[in-house]
Amino acid sequence: MEGLNELAFVLGGVNHWITVFLIMAGLYIIVSRSNMIKKLVGLGIFQTSVYLLYVSPAKVIGGTAPIIDEAFTVYSNPLPHVLILTAIVVGVATLALGLAITVRINEEYGSIEEDDIYQGEDWT
Amino acid sequence: MLDQFPAIVVAVPLIASAICAIIRHQTVCWLIALIVCFISFVGSVFILGDVQSGGPVSYAMGGWAPPVGIELRIDELGAYVMILVSLIATAVLIYGRQSVKAEIREDLRGYFYAMYLLCLCGLLGIVITGDAFNAFVFMEISSLAMYTLIALGHDRRALAASFQYLIMGTVGATMYVIGVGLLFTLTGTLNLVDMSDQLAPQLASPAAIAGMAFIVVGLSLKVALFPLHLWLPNAYAFAPSVVTSFLAATATKVSIYLLMRYLYSVFGFGFAIEQTPIPEMVLLLSVAAIFAGSFTAIFQENVKRMLAYSSVAQIGYITLGIAIANATGLTGSLVHIFNHAVMKGALFMLIGGIALQIGTVRLSDLAGAGRQMPLTFFGFVLGGFSMLGVPGTVGFVSKWYLAIGALENGWWWLVILLMLSSLLVLVYMGRVIEIAFFRERPAGAPVLSDPPKAMIMTSWVFILACIYLGFDTGFTVGVAQDAVSALLAGGGR
Repeated sequence: MEGLNELAFVLGGVNHWITVFLIMAGLYIIVSRSNMIKKLVGLGIFQTSVYLLYVSPAKVIGGTAPIIDEAFTVYSNPLPHVLILTAIVVGVATLALGLAITVRINEEYGSIEEDDIYQGEDWT
Repeated sequence: MLDQFPAIVVAVPLIASAICAIIRHQTVCWLIALIVCFISFVGSVFILGDVQSGGPVSYAMGGWAPPVGIELRIDELGAYVMILVSLIATAVLIYGRQSVKAEIREDLRGYFYAMYLLCLCGLLGIVITGDAFNAFVFMEISSLAMYTLIALGHDRRALAASFQYLIMGTVGATMYVIGVGLLFTLTGTLNLVDMSDQLAPQLASPAAIAGMAFIVVGLSLKVALFPLHLWLPNAYAFAPSVVTSFLAATATKVSIYLLMRYLYSVFGFGFAIEQTPIPEMVLLLSVAAIFAGSFTAIFQENVKRMLAYSSVAQIGYITLGIAIANATGLTGSLVHIFNHAVMKGALFMLIGGIALQIGTVRLSDLAGAGRQMPLTFFGFVLGGFSMLGVPGTVGFVSKWYLAIGALENGWWWLVILLMLSSLLVLVYMGRVIEIAFFRERPAGAPVLSDPPKAMIMTSWVFILACIYLGFDTGFTVGVAQDAVSALLAGGGR
């Protein structure tokens, strides 16, 4: 029985395990890579984890979209879906700005490796 | 009309920002921005009046009653921070026209004002909203505008600084939103007041604690609490002078406001401060911030970067009040939010004038400049006194309250540390003054003069405010004390 409970815990929270994995993977890429494009990819993965964190608990299994109709009585919670729509827009804007700055950095420095940029310049 | 002010102060900058981006003519945009900032300022003053006479103002956005709809909610602390932000925004615009002309490419100036207004809209929005997710959206609006403003710096290092801030700022904001997500799954509401009520019986649940941890760490990144301050020095040092004056005085302050609101109003004093190790952590990090920031400032060649490190230290003073966690210490903290904005705003404005006249802000280029730019550097000396905490300046008032607050806790060692940290301020501010006044100007160097009237006058208004508010503490301390008693009573409800 003990083993079964643990299995249920692991499988029942599979959406949360994936969220945790994405958070960690995103953060690791941001910290470990010096290439700016790769950093932005990491940032994208990190933000995606949030989408899953909000949307997955809001899905009611067997529930439909919240449109009032006599045939359906079970609905998924629409609020988190709408919130994440906003978060996706924010994520797209951040990514667009990050890429635009990367393009400008490439024009000015001729490199998008943070190591090159920070070594070749006097910051004090 | 009057009861629509909460919506107006945020909506007007947002709409005006789009208009500026379409018009793009620099003088017209400047004028629009100035009028809009002033409207926000007047609105904030009216709201403070409302709050003082009738308690927290609640505004149901679009007529949807809270907690279902988005609520704009302003208590006394919120109104105080709004006045601060909109006042600085207005003053920096009056100050900055010449500086913008000198430092920003002509075809980008219209967009600059658009971004400036967008940033103002975001900052005011964070303060004014009573909705956890709405605060995230406003946070990202202000941050995205800030990254753009920083990247407008004419030095290519501004781009790298902006990218660094973008990565760290987004990580911070995403952590905040993860925390909000956990609390939302637990309580099913996003309204901060409602969330606080729902959370009260289940604060011990792991989801609530994890949510609090994510929110505190995420906001600390935005606050630039040591050691999460790494984005700040470069961002402030290489952004255009106007942007630095505006950001240094407002951006981190608004995040501190949000952090306080979560700790005191949502999680509550009885839980966040008394039952978690947050005060101990914040105490340790604040003291580390004060010493590491001031110490690093001593070794900077770039005066803007030096003042940026000094900001890291000053943020330490503000968060120290959260750790002291009694009424006097918190008052010191809130007063310092205003006082630091006034004095750092003034110093960065003066530095902007120096950048305009000399062309650089490296210490070695300032030799002997003090005698040729007397108004600028005399203002700098007075601002330096204020940073040092000389009696009769604003710096003294906030440090006094922090020190008394520490003594009330029996932390006499903290008072000694506060005094020692002032010595470090003396070293780095003294270094600039020594070089500017007591070194000879190199032979053949061009003769300098004080910057244009608009710049020098606005800077001096703030310098004089440093002294005036040091004697007449009625507004700052008065409002702060009211706000503190509201915070300690479960706050802003």
